[in-house]
Amino acid sequence: MEVCGSSSPTLREFGCEQNLLSRPDGSSSFIQGDTSVLAAVYGPAEVKVSKEIYDRATMEVVIQPKVGVPSVRERAREQCVRETCEAALLSKLHPRSSFTLVLQVVHDDGSLLSCFLNAACMALMDGGLPMGCLFAGVTCAINGEGQIITDPTAVQEKGSRALMTFAIDSTERRVMMSSTKGSFTVHELQKCIAISQKASEKIFQFYRDSVRRRYSKTL
Amino acid sequence: MKDTPLSNCERDFLLNAIGEKRRLDGRQTYDYRNIKISFGTDYGCCFVDLGKTKVMAQVSCELITPKENRPNDGIMFFNIELSPMASPAFETGRQSELLVKLNRQLERCLRNSKCIDVESLCVVSGEKVWQIRVDVHLLNHDGNLMDAASIAAIAALSHCRRPDVGILGEDVTVYSPEERDPIPLSIYHMPISVSFAFFQQGTYLLVDPCDREERVMDGLLMIAMNKHREICSIQSSGGIMLLKDQVLRCSKIASVKVSEITELINKALENDKKVRKAGGRCGFAQSMPQERITALKADVSPVEMAGIKENANEIVQRAEAPSQSVPSPVLPAPGTGQVGEGLQTSWGLEEKEEEEEEEEEEEEDVQHVVEEQGRGDVVLISDSDSEEEEVVILNQEALPTKGTLSKQQRAADSKQQRAADSKQQRAADSKQQRAADSKQQRAADSKQQRAADSKQQRAADSKQQRAADSKQQRAADSKPQQKNKKQ
Repeated sequence: MEVCGSSSPTLREFGCEQNLLSRPDGSSSFIQGDTSVLAAVYGPAEVKVSKEIYDRATMEVVIQPKVGVPSVRERAREQCVRETCEAALLSKLHPRSSFTLVLQVVHDDGSLLSCFLNAACMALMDGGLPMGCLFAGVTCAINGEGQIITDPTAVQEKGSRALMTFAIDSTERRVMMSSTKGSFTVHELQKCIAISQKASEKIFQFYRDSVRRRYSKTL
Repeated sequence: MKDTPLSNCERDFLLNAIGEKRRLDGRQTYDYRNIKISFGTDYGCCFVDLGKTKVMAQVSCELITPKENRPNDGIMFFNIELSPMASPAFETGRQSELLVKLNRQLERCLRNSKCIDVESLCVVSGEKVWQIRVDVHLLNHDGNLMDAASIAAIAALSHCRRPDVGILGEDVTVYSPEERDPIPLSIYHMPISVSFAFFQQGTYLLVDPCDREERVMDGLLMIAMNKHREICSIQSSGGIMLLKDQVLRCSKIASVKVSEITELINKALENDKKVRKAGGRCGFAQSMPQERITALKADVSPVEMAGIKENANEIVQRAEAPSQSVPSPVLPAPGTGQVGEGLQTSWGLEEKEEEEEEEEEEEEDVQHVVEEQGRGDVVLISDSDSEEEEVVILNQEALPTKGTLSKQQRAADSKQQRAADSKQQRAADSKQQRAADSKQQRAADSKQQRAADSKQQRAADSKQQRAADSKQQRAADSKPQQKNKKQ
């Protein structure tokens, strides 16, 4: 079984800006390499009667593609993000209310789903919503030679045999959501999960630094 | 989600302030908010910040067949998205009044003003033309969406490059940006919309109203104009009566504002061109402010690989071996087929198999009868499954009493039942060979039991008793034999 090749996987440079929109309760823009996503969250707010849940808040996720109207692919990703957010948010604290998360694709250069997740987490943090844990998204691609690439670009994604995205929680580094494409062995899956857990630590450290910077008195 | 309504005291405060020629954000009457224009990583993507209002425009091209009445003209398509990101009052996929109004105004401003040379978008007359699609996403609503959208759209169109095409006979080849440099659209002029808000029935006028000012205004005048001071469209909404000199004054103000904004767009385009030529990185990612306290950036970071292989190995080893696909114990009802769940496909095979089995059984029965006849025994109750044979046997016996007849009938019925059961079981057994052993045992046991019970209860005749006994014996003997044969 071929282990990840000689070059160690890297995360592209990533950055985040929070609170850049005035209307939403929380907003963020997350950038991974050239991939960029804008996220905005409203909540807790009033909810439509048809969507009301009596003991917890309703989570709604909308993904806006850059060109055209949302299609099935966006719907599937919405579900991935929504389920992750529902697991992280303490929605029991806000019964009969709604959280709305809007994600706008700004530029897609691979690892879009993980960028959605990271942007979503930063927006939820900015909105000050109660969360049991934070989450980070990491995308791994397995290329033709069996090498594992973390945070692949669009070109690397195209040339990959399998593509996996995991949402990792911050407390125990557990997998909260996984979305996979292509074929891979059990061994490769476990390896990708292990790499994603390692990579998520970088992102959690970044979250920590960004919050520290935000609430510091000097830049 | 509904929008938060404006309270009466806020409304009064705003109107009083406007009456005193003051604005909430300290601007003068004719001042625009700060405009920031930035471009995305790819061509045709533009962000416009107008104060806190934020808009993104993306231009995309596609080859389509032209309209029949205009075979030489390319098609311009404008789409404004009122994303719920901009305001909680906006909903996705709903054609609201505001959306229709904005979309129509943008079309009038950019398409009907003929600012883009649509004829140059023709590839093959009547067959292939370029469709230029402009998607305008509203990201944050703080008033004056129209101006921001028009600036973003025209800037994105000027920034856009369409792929080059080559025509060889009938074939149209679209070249990728690597093969041939993409071509910019030919734009004659840049119409830009300028909005004026009127208050107190037209007594007061403000340029570039913000969200709160828009909520208390009486009427709105939108003038689209280019830098040559040509008016491309005028729209007045809100049902306010304007005087001629008011409109003239507005158009004068608009011409000044338009020339300022056009200059700004040109400057932004030039800057972007310079950066792209220099080969530097450009786009939204690079425009992220570094000095803001809310922004942070991390450099390329390697992921530690130490221990990952061991970790994965450990987990794989610790994990239970995945269960092999075990044939599921689902018993298909007679006449049904089964596919999947690790079983063999039994579509279309089921009936054939059963038929075969029946044939086999019949053969066996015949053998039985022959044996018994050979033995010359009196009782000829064979383990058959057809009623006729049973009846034949009855006839052969010495005149039974009425009671015994009905008993015999009942026995025959129950036997038939059992025979049918066992046949089904056998059909299933042939497929589930592993479970067959135990089932056989059970089948044989239960049959014995049942036969013994029913017979013993009613047996008065010792002959009958013997017959039952011998039959039991035979049933017990012959069943496993049959099973073994099948195995």
